[in-house]
Amino acid sequence: MSKTSGDSIEAVGRKGGLEAWMVHLGLVLVCAGFMLPILWMVSTSLKTVEQTGEFPPHFVPAPVHPQNYQDVWNHKTFHFLLFARNTLIIAVLSVVGNCLASSLVAYGFSKIRFKGRGLLFALMLSTMMIPFPVLMVSLFTIFRWLGDHHMGQWLGTYKPLWVPAWFGSAFSIFLLRQFFMTIPDELSEAARIDGCSEFGIFWRIILPLAKPALVVVGLFTFMASWNDYLGPLVYIQNQDQYTLSLGLGAFQSQHGGPQNHYLMAASMLMIAPVLILFFLAQKTFIQGIATTGVKG
Amino acid sequence: MTKKEFTQLGKGLAFLSPWLFGFLTLTALPILMSLYYATSDYSLLQGPLHIGGENFNEMMAKAHPGGGHGDPDFWKSVKNTGYYALMALPAGMMVSFGLALLLNAKIKGQGIYRTIIFLPSLVPAVASAVLWGWIYNSKLGLINTLLRNLGMTNPPGWLTDPRWAMPSIAFMSLWGVGNTVVIYLAGLQDVPRELYEAAEIDGAGPVRRLFSVTIPMVSPVIFFNLIMAIIGTLQVFTVPMIMTEGKPDGATMFYTMALYENAFTYLKMGYASAMAWVQLLAVLALTGLAFWSSRKWVYYSTK
Repeated sequence: MSKTSGDSIEAVGRKGGLEAWMVHLGLVLVCAGFMLPILWMVSTSLKTVEQTGEFPPHFVPAPVHPQNYQDVWNHKTFHFLLFARNTLIIAVLSVVGNCLASSLVAYGFSKIRFKGRGLLFALMLSTMMIPFPVLMVSLFTIFRWLGDHHMGQWLGTYKPLWVPAWFGSAFSIFLLRQFFMTIPDELSEAARIDGCSEFGIFWRIILPLAKPALVVVGLFTFMASWNDYLGPLVYIQNQDQYTLSLGLGAFQSQHGGPQNHYLMAASMLMIAPVLILFFLAQKTFIQGIATTGVKG
Repeated sequence: MTKKEFTQLGKGLAFLSPWLFGFLTLTALPILMSLYYATSDYSLLQGPLHIGGENFNEMMAKAHPGGGHGDPDFWKSVKNTGYYALMALPAGMMVSFGLALLLNAKIKGQGIYRTIIFLPSLVPAVASAVLWGWIYNSKLGLINTLLRNLGMTNPPGWLTDPRWAMPSIAFMSLWGVGNTVVIYLAGLQDVPRELYEAAEIDGAGPVRRLFSVTIPMVSPVIFFNLIMAIIGTLQVFTVPMIMTEGKPDGATMFYTMALYENAFTYLKMGYASAMAWVQLLAVLALTGLAFWSSRKWVYYSTK
């Protein structure tokens, strides 16, 4: 096979030479393009207003001005600490609820044989196609109705944003079900013969084995809560209750233009926790995304 | 149904109960309500009043005093979203696949390249909208600064010129392809090595191998990404809402933004629900089309 002249990409590693260099060159250029916006953000976040107005701009600000981060940390309109706390409350409650509920349901879809299972599973998958706007107005009405009928306030609280997670989400159930399918049935059969209840099998045998998949689901749920904008925009009214997305959005519409150094520092603060999570669980993260597309 | 089957059914439904309850109360009920609202005049302050197909009539058919038929804002948002989809969807599909091919090469530094391309997809939509709003800034933004340094005296206002605003948003969406790239990479790694070797022995060049081995083998993954892209593209909201708020001159008013405004700014909840149903039908029609076409181009190997 060595006499073929044109080398395919998949064979580059074995040959090295010119083709490998071409791939390197292509990737270096693309990566530079992908990095540039982030570097620009870091750069702007370390400048004073005057420095952001300079032409031509300096990529490395002189002097560096880290004060922006401190200003934004407790800014009166973009109160990072408060907004981060609010977002964290929603995200953590969603993660816990979604992991519990989705794994329970996934167990039903993978380890118990019953009539209509395939049909219900197909129904569940098809709900992933429903655009949120279709549900938005009705959900708003439902939550308002709950508030009017002595079920405690719903609108203007975090409940509409995290309670639904406790019923599981189609995407997470699908992911966990795919994982449970790879656990051999002999394990649960043996436990069943020993007189273990179905819930006991789920709780004591399957769930401990599913830790990697649960980490993936947890990470995805966390990210979804952390990034969500439309949800909080519909349900949250009070500025004290803003999530980071809402807060940053409002900060932008009030202070766009001359406040770009603050906006970039605020964005950096919002991205940082996600990046830290990513680097802590890089492998799990990538594998999780990969499995969603491939094993479908 | 035997007794055994009956107990199995009970057990199964017990485990499914959280989802079943959620499905009934938070999906099925809202969809039915939404269908009812779509045929009603409903302002949230006043209860829904059944008006039949009037919302749809107002949206698409009724003669408009300014000429033409239906609601001009509705049609504009349809056109805008379609225009965006025509740019962003094929570009995203091709760029992510191309990058996955490059990143699949066994070369040094592969891990670093992959990480760099994946990272931007982690950036929350609001943060990336804020960031790109600054990059596109016509006076001091990164792009126009670079263009001026290259000698261009009057570079366009990327988000302020109606001709450029939509292409700019579509271009920006490519920054977030990392997720899709990872899915493609996983698919590419599953293609059996022997197939390439066999193709090579048969004298197939790199282009031929790409079209006769790689693409057919990963076609299920391409199909999955296509479906996800269709669903996502028709719902774009956050980025234009933060970055341009529909400006300039409504050039970036996306469908979901128009819907949101009708619902929560003008409190035309009935009309907004009718729009939502049109959106749902569009998603179903387009994914249906993709499923139908998939018989012709998606290849499932039987392992």
